[in-house]
Amino acid sequence: MAIVEHTDSTGLSGDDGVRRRDFINIAAVSFAGVGAVAVVLPLIDQMNPSADVLALASTEVDLSAIQPGQAIKTTFRSQPLFVRQLTEKEIAEADKVDPSTLRDPQTLEERTVDGKKQWLVTMGVCTHLGCVPLGAGEGENRGEYGGYFCPCHGSSYDTAARIRKGPAPKNLEVPKFAFTSDTAILVG
Amino acid sequence: MSFPWAEQYTPKNPVMVWIDEKLPLPRLAYNAVGAGYPVPRNLNYFWNFGVLAGLALVIQIVTGVIMAMHYGANDLVAFSTVEQTMRDVNAGWLMRYAHANGASFFFIVVYLHIFRGLYFGSYKAPREMVWLLGLVIFLLMMATAFMGYVLPWGQMSYWGAKVITGLFGAIPVVGEPIQTWLLGGFAPGNASLNRFFSLHFLLPFVIAGVIILHIWALHIPGSSNPTGVEVKGPQDTVPFHPYYTAKDGFGAGVFLIAFCALLFFAPNFLGHPDNYIEANPLSTPAHIVPEWYFWPFYAILRAFTVDFFFVPAKLLGVLAMFASILLLFFLPWLDTSPVRSGKYRPTFNKFFWILCLDVLILGWLGGAPAEEPYVMMSQLAGAYYFAHFLIILPLISRFEKPLPLPGSITEAVLAKYGKTDGETVAVPAE
Repeated sequence: MAIVEHTDSTGLSGDDGVRRRDFINIAAVSFAGVGAVAVVLPLIDQMNPSADVLALASTEVDLSAIQPGQAIKTTFRSQPLFVRQLTEKEIAEADKVDPSTLRDPQTLEERTVDGKKQWLVTMGVCTHLGCVPLGAGEGENRGEYGGYFCPCHGSSYDTAARIRKGPAPKNLEVPKFAFTSDTAILVG
Repeated sequence: MSFPWAEQYTPKNPVMVWIDEKLPLPRLAYNAVGAGYPVPRNLNYFWNFGVLAGLALVIQIVTGVIMAMHYGANDLVAFSTVEQTMRDVNAGWLMRYAHANGASFFFIVVYLHIFRGLYFGSYKAPREMVWLLGLVIFLLMMATAFMGYVLPWGQMSYWGAKVITGLFGAIPVVGEPIQTWLLGGFAPGNASLNRFFSLHFLLPFVIAGVIILHIWALHIPGSSNPTGVEVKGPQDTVPFHPYYTAKDGFGAGVFLIAFCALLFFAPNFLGHPDNYIEANPLSTPAHIVPEWYFWPFYAILRAFTVDFFFVPAKLLGVLAMFASILLLFFLPWLDTSPVRSGKYRPTFNKFFWILCLDVLILGWLGGAPAEEPYVMMSQLAGAYYFAHFLIILPLISRFEKPLPLPGSITEAVLAKYGKTDGETVAVPAE
């Protein structure tokens, strides 16, 4: 802030008609306002995820033990994550569907990494009300489309984890992930 | 209250004289809940529920502060410290059951208090501010109750927190950052549990502060009454103490009997058995339901199943749920009828009872599974709820022909008991 030099010490108006006291008032209140905002920012920001929570924001998954047709359930950002190796038959089933007939139109290609179509990585969180669908564990009900089945309200997902039947509005979410080697992915 | 016939405080005890000179607190109590507060003489038992709500808050604060002495707000130990409170702490089971059932009773008496306000038109001028502050208390209660339910860190705690914070995730663009900010993580966890505990401890005292404003605003015009006719003279009122302190004391006794019946004989009747399973992020309970007092709003939330005009169904549900409560803030201006009491409004009366039935049905649907026919019924009942306040009520106010009002409270009281001789009918003090 600039230092205001005034010869008029009475607080009455200067040459330009601005009273010194008004100026001091506005300047002081504005500065206090800036200070208040500066204080509020950390007060709000402390509620965001802390460094230790963010440190777990990405998860590495080893794919080497997953056989075709098998799936595993792990966690990503403290929520369930499904990793599944599709069989040729399951890929064919997913490709056979015309995307335009779907509630949330997407092809299997769009939901997997180029050239590694058999690796289906999705969140295990039903898009309806957030339940954990069945189908990742051995012998669990995979629903009538052979993907995942949510027992809460009967949403059925197909082999590309796309919503086919039931109340869920969207396909199971595919998180951002990349292959770090042929048998490992980094999610997040 | 500022009625000219209100008794002035004149302490006789020299100690009270001394205190009153330095800090007029005795005077304040005398004028607020003592003989210095003239109250309409015809209040019925529905006017007990304000005091009972205050009593419920006191029970919650006392048992809650005690619970906090034995609780560990950390996701590793939260569940087991609650179980330790139940099994190992002396009288810990009593404190926890009193706190959990106390929350339900708080909502029961507050819902009856709101019912009273709706039927007898207590929200109308000049008491709009009393109504608005009451709604603020109601919102604070809902936030407090929700966060309190998360603290035992059972399955319903965890999944309830996930579904409710997920509501904010439905807001476009900023929704997900808000959800993460509220939880302090990507899913409910230790950070969420800690902040909910901190706020759950704080908010009841905020509620107590707003209750003071609520009572203050009430004392400006004074209490309403079942006829809805304003006080016209001293013959219409009796002093709060001893008349209503006695009546409220009797009401408190009945309330405590009902409370103890549930507390000692069916303490888990209103709870959910899944909350005795520790929170597990990898397994969802088959049927996620909030506590019973949220059911009507939960039904409205789930009533939206299809998108409208590019607005996703989930967001519509969230907006409708918040709107169903925010709507009540506009009630004093939606109901323009000058007649307060539903007793003298024949058309209003019928629709009022339909609304009550509608809310009860919504409550039942909110606890039912999210499948047909419940979803369709929620849609109809939810639509009726909004139609009542936005269409039916303004129309009734316009076209209804009210019944003749009694000339004064005293006249109504005497007519009720068949005494109409001229001597007891006092002349209104103009």
